[in-house]
Amino acid sequence: MDGTMLPEVTAVGVIIKAILILAVISAIAGFGTYIERKVLAFMQRRVGPNHVGPYGLLQLAADGIKLFTKEDIIPQHANRLIFAVAPAITAATAFIALGAVPVFPGFTIPFVDVYVPSIASDVNVGILFVLGMMAAGLYGPLLAGMAQSNKWGILGSARTAIQFLSYEVVTGLSLLAPIMMVGSLSFVDFNNYQSDGTWLVVYQPVAFILFLIAGYAETNRTPFDLLEHEAEIVSGYVTEYSGMRWGMFFIGEYANMITIGIIASVVFLGGYNDWWIFPGWIMILAKIAFSFFFMLWVRAAWPHVRPDQLMWLCWKVLMPLAVINVVITGIVMMAG
Amino acid sequence: MYEFIAFYIFAISTVILFLITVLSKNVLYAMTSLAGGMVMISGFFFLLGADFLGVVQLIVYVGAVMALYAFAMMFFDTTKDVKEKYNSPRLVFLLGGLMAVVFVVIFSAPIIGENLQVASPITNGVGNAEAVGIVLFTKYLVPFEVAAIMLLVAMVAGIILAGKKMDESLTTTVLPLVDKESEDEILKKESR
Repeated sequence: MDGTMLPEVTAVGVIIKAILILAVISAIAGFGTYIERKVLAFMQRRVGPNHVGPYGLLQLAADGIKLFTKEDIIPQHANRLIFAVAPAITAATAFIALGAVPVFPGFTIPFVDVYVPSIASDVNVGILFVLGMMAAGLYGPLLAGMAQSNKWGILGSARTAIQFLSYEVVTGLSLLAPIMMVGSLSFVDFNNYQSDGTWLVVYQPVAFILFLIAGYAETNRTPFDLLEHEAEIVSGYVTEYSGMRWGMFFIGEYANMITIGIIASVVFLGGYNDWWIFPGWIMILAKIAFSFFFMLWVRAAWPHVRPDQLMWLCWKVLMPLAVINVVITGIVMMAG
Repeated sequence: MYEFIAFYIFAISTVILFLITVLSKNVLYAMTSLAGGMVMISGFFFLLGADFLGVVQLIVYVGAVMALYAFAMMFFDTTKDVKEKYNSPRLVFLLGGLMAVVFVVIFSAPIIGENLQVASPITNGVGNAEAVGIVLFTKYLVPFEVAAIMLLVAMVAGIILAGKKMDESLTTTVLPLVDKESEDEILKKESR
């Protein structure tokens, strides 16, 4: 996959790519809820959804019908505009972030001969752009909580701010060490750097683990799902939401999970390079699927933390570790 | 052509969003349009080919405005309008107008004098981030270090201001089961 061999990227190809990302990721996000419930059920020795269709597979369709037909309620004293816009922010930023990561390998559509690129928009500061966009996605929960004039909502958005201020530093610093090694911010360069078969996780195991932890905080997965923890703050920022607006938050969340999976795969796990007899596109799909599964595994395995524990973890443990990692990487690079 | 259209879209939306920030009485509208305006400004950097600066603008201001939101949450009821006090509207108008005129003169003087030159032109084959790094660590090393020291001082000051009893956590403090008033007193003592 070197740049010179690829056909020209046309506007039509990019538009097709954008539609593909929207369609496929939205579908996967819906399907992800089913997989999540099944995997969690398996790990907790339950059955999980099994009533609708074979193995409960049609549960997805049932949930979809429910979401689309549910009444869309806006509370009386809520700030109507912001309340209505907030879910769109989460979903939109999640998909904008997906625009700058390599989602599927590039391919040419037969007969019409249109080349669909691997990355919809190959920004040469890809990693930073994706991180910035995912950070902007947290405005969704923040605004939702503040607009709904509900105490649980305010608590949820306060926790959003806390969570953002905690994990953001760790994400940046943990990715800094691999960025220093590769010397570029482009996902393509990261992929090419690992084309000899040695994955970056071999050189940067600490950074990998730190990035995963920060990534789970970023997508508010269970060890860090402070924003909507049912046992403490009812539903946090989604307390007053119903129907499709609620659904949009979760499509955004699952899209972000996939984005984190893609970043982890491309930056640390060898990207879409061929490996042994497997072609690159199978490898990247397998890696993304595994990191998605890993998130569910972590959710099943760990209890949830308190906000102060999250801050303690991020600022007093993870950030010093990340800084030490960066310094050691720098020393080794200067010496080597 | 596309750049032209994009520039005007970004320019108009930036101006409108910042106008809402200044004119709105609702904290939530003001903050949200501020955040939106910051994102729109990053669009200019992307148009000029300064990808790195554009992304930095995004990341830095998203975080900064997020912290502002936290303050808004603490001090205002965000679903209601803020009652503003105007002591001397004429003075405010005069000072604000003067500031605006001064800024316009400062920024347009070099353009009028046609002395606008690129201080560090883009070199081919060098990435955006690298170019910024090279300039930052050679030509502007002293201002960069001074800024770093200033940030460090601000951080130390912040820690000292907030750092009393930092090791004790209010969430983990076990309160004896007593009535509401004495519980409040205990909390007050804790926070002192």
